[in-house]
Amino acid sequence: MSRKTIKVDYLARVEGEGGLSIKMKDDRVVDVQLRIFEPPRFFEAFLQGRSFMEVPDITARICGICPVAYQMSSCHAMESIAGVQVDGMLRELRRLLYCGEWIESHALHTFMLHAPDFLGYPDAIQMAKDHPDLVKLALRLKKHGNDIMVRLAGREIHPINVRVGGFYRVPTRQELLSLVDDLKWSRDAAREAVEALAGLPFPEFEQDYEYVALRHPDEYPFNEGRLVSNKGLDIDIADYDQHFVEVHVAYSSALHSRLKKRDNYHVGPLARYNLNFDRLPSSVKKIAKAHKLEPPVNNPFRSIAVRGLETLFAVEEALRIIESYEPPPLPYVEVVPRAGTGHGCTEAPRGILYHRYTLDDNGIVLDARIVPPTSQNQKTIENDLWRFVEQGIATNMEHDLLAHTCEQAIRNYDPCISCSTHFLKLDFEQV
Amino acid sequence: MLCIGVGNAYRRDDAAGLEVAALLQGTHLTVRQLSGEGAQLMLAWRDAPHVIIIDAVSSSGVPGTIYRLDAAVDPLPAYFFRCSSHAFGVAEAVEMGRALDELPAELIIYGIEGADFREGVGLSPPVAAAVAEVAVRIQRL
Repeated sequence: MSRKTIKVDYLARVEGEGGLSIKMKDDRVVDVQLRIFEPPRFFEAFLQGRSFMEVPDITARICGICPVAYQMSSCHAMESIAGVQVDGMLRELRRLLYCGEWIESHALHTFMLHAPDFLGYPDAIQMAKDHPDLVKLALRLKKHGNDIMVRLAGREIHPINVRVGGFYRVPTRQELLSLVDDLKWSRDAAREAVEALAGLPFPEFEQDYEYVALRHPDEYPFNEGRLVSNKGLDIDIADYDQHFVEVHVAYSSALHSRLKKRDNYHVGPLARYNLNFDRLPSSVKKIAKAHKLEPPVNNPFRSIAVRGLETLFAVEEALRIIESYEPPPLPYVEVVPRAGTGHGCTEAPRGILYHRYTLDDNGIVLDARIVPPTSQNQKTIENDLWRFVEQGIATNMEHDLLAHTCEQAIRNYDPCISCSTHFLKLDFEQV
Repeated sequence: MLCIGVGNAYRRDDAAGLEVAALLQGTHLTVRQLSGEGAQLMLAWRDAPHVIIIDAVSSSGVPGTIYRLDAAVDPLPAYFFRCSSHAFGVAEAVEMGRALDELPAELIIYGIEGADFREGVGLSPPVAAAVAEVAVRIQRL
């Protein structure tokens, strides 16, 4: 009998602090732990007692990479309590802001953090020596995503122009038109990127996931839709708590999310793409088909190419919105608070981000709950590692390569560990 | 000369670079304060031939120690500076700039060894002294 352990003390190229431990006995995996030891940050507790108007700005601080997602999910939740619908150009501007976040987040993860795994480099800096054009393309793409955020929301990290009901100030038509030339460059760059990403060497690893994503009647989802899955889930976001549960595991400061009826599930680009391919514009579908990326894409390593397609979609969507943009008469819809509970669920770059708030008559937060995408993917990541290591052992994969590919497999999910550490009650169990 | 102070104002000594930049405001130097996100840094120093970056350092040295690195000569150890989001910070930006042949002709980095990187504001005394010293040194250049 032999025992072996794959241990990665500190995961590189993910946001936040986490580690990995895989225990094996003979040729079987006996335990996998994705350990998230980033300390919890108690946002849900200190939102209590704050005004509903402060929540988008406070929750934006949860993440430097996906602050827009936090602002959007919280705004939608507050508006649902007040019975307010934000539509027309204000709604379009929200989608535009999300385009900026997807472009910058996907460009960073895809090329700077994940591509080195596929091309055999320890990091993007070493990769840049041999592939300078690819890295320059990625940095410029990321910048143009950031530019959208700066133009629309004041700054690229922790934007300051979003408010419940809309924006504090809306841009002039000219301000947005000034982004068009760079976005046209970005459209060509994203097409080139998809070609490069689709041609990467992918480990063989097809999986049968339950994908969960928003689905909207007409659009590839950012802000709105029903929550659906490929295994029968089709619910209003207000029913989230009836179908999902968060579970504490002793080795992680992030809660694990599960579907009550089944178990783990998969959120993020692969889920969105497989469930909403028909909502992509024909130009993006055509490129997907040309690179043999039609859904279902069930190999998580191929998510890097799907991120490339989503980047292309976000650039095209941004151009579409800007070209038809006329400033709305008012930058926001007045939102008068009232007592109640509301829900918001939007598509962060790494998957659905669910918020639930209860307010009193004066709009003071009585209760808050935030479920970020990384905590929803944790169990799925562990399952992937379990199966991948067993597959690696069966095919006599060399130990170091196996350990490295496990890290690569975690990065398939672009985990944002800082976001995921949010739980309130520390309840460690001695085993 | 472009001086870029880098850091997080709410992580005590991590604000050292920002504080140096604050002291240099109003002098003959062009001054910027940035978070230290790598891609942003690379954009900030584009087209600037002479650049100084000031950042807090966490390398188990004596708090308040001042380090001076010449990027043209010294590769930067990645563990040296406080890490930033998604692990693409000052050291990575410098090394990426080097790999892409996009470094300024002259790039000097001042590091100030910090003692306390917990949440909160205010520098610890040896770091505050080092901040004043670095600001004086840069103005003399």
